Amino acid sequence: MEDSSTSFIACPECDLLLREISLEPGRAAVCPRCGAALYRTTTDSLYRTLALVVAAALLFFIANVYPILGIESQGNGAATNLYGATSSMWDQKMHFISALVFITAIVVPSLELSLLVYLLLPLSVGRVPAGLPLLMRFLQGIKPWGMVEVFMLGILVALVKLTDDFRIIPGVALWSYGGVTLLLAAVGATFNPKDVWAHLELRVEEEEQP
Amino acid sequence: MKYHGNTAASLGFCSCHVCGLVSRIGAGTAGARCPRCATRLHMRKPHGVEQCWALLIAAYILYLPANLMTIMETSSLISYRKDTILSGVVHLWQNGSMGIAVIVFIASIVVPLFKLLALTWLLISVRKRSTRRPVERTRLYRLIELVGRWSMLDIYVVTLLAALVQMQSLATVKAGPGAIAFGGVVVLTMFAAMRFDPRLIWDPLRKES
Repeated sequence: MEDSSTSFIACPECDLLLREISLEPGRAAVCPRCGAALYRTTTDSLYRTLALVVAAALLFFIANVYPILGIESQGNGAATNLYGATSSMWDQKMHFISALVFITAIVVPSLELSLLVYLLLPLSVGRVPAGLPLLMRFLQGIKPWGMVEVFMLGILVALVKLTDDFRIIPGVALWSYGGVTLLLAAVGATFNPKDVWAHLELRVEEEEQP
Repeated sequence: MKYHGNTAASLGFCSCHVCGLVSRIGAGTAGARCPRCATRLHMRKPHGVEQCWALLIAAYILYLPANLMTIMETSSLISYRKDTILSGVVHLWQNGSMGIAVIVFIASIVVPLFKLLALTWLLISVRKRSTRRPVERTRLYRLIELVGRWSMLDIYVVTLLAALVQMQSLATVKAGPGAIAFGGVVVLTMFAAMRFDPRLIWDPLRKES
């Protein structure tokens, strides 16, 4: 990967064939023709991402266990966490909506975080985890369906709609979701798939040598 | 010309859509795999345009019930109201939550309509092998991919409200059939956007340079 004179890349959005150039840390390469982001160099991306992912996973766990919001009106109250909300939706015969929320706000983010731990933990000590190419592909496929940040906004809108008729009791998970949203954004900014693929290339070369 | 340079495809190279490695693939392209990550290679997303059209048409069909049918039913001892997406936004605005009303209006009304129209236009321009404004069209596609997910907002709001209010006895909030159709529109347009290959915008430019 250090040898920039021989490696070609193609822009994923306009397919322009380009020669890869080495960048200073923190800089990003952009396609000269269509402006697509091509690649960037990051320092310590594996370790930093791993740290952020572990923090996000812990907070995400808390966010899913504790109630998000409680409401109260004339001594009559209720509180729910996200799973409670989806199962209530399921009971109201809204199966599609329930499944959609369950998948996009619980299943995909959990899968994403646990897969990243599984991939980054061995890589950070220089080992290549089994099934890496397949899992990277899977990760790329499910990524658009993880919508924690949209859900966070959804909580805020729901909160505003409820303030007219109820007293709102913010739950622990409300703050946790805020934290998870920020941490996931940080993960997105730090994680550099290029570094992961570089490890794979290394391993293939080592195997070919003997 | 303004847009000089060769596409990888025109020189017989193909980039892996998973790991980005560029490799040469011969005439018999079927079944070629990426030498680094073993993903099946193809120059352009196979049947992307047809699948994008199919998903888009399905989304257009669902768009009507999504906007015309009730998305949320609210009832309490003293009041009862049925809301479509638009009437929900109007209600928010009239109750003084203008900021939130604008956010919901953008996420639930502007974004889905924008996605449907923009993808249709992109598909038609690719079909006509248009060479006009490729940079802007690519940017438009990038925007479609970026904003599409935010339409899920209303689905989350309805779920949270229905669950919370259902659990206490003074009032009820129920999701209506419009919510199902709306969820369908969001999912279908997201799949449609994924099936569109922005490289098709640039392919007709090859002959000119």
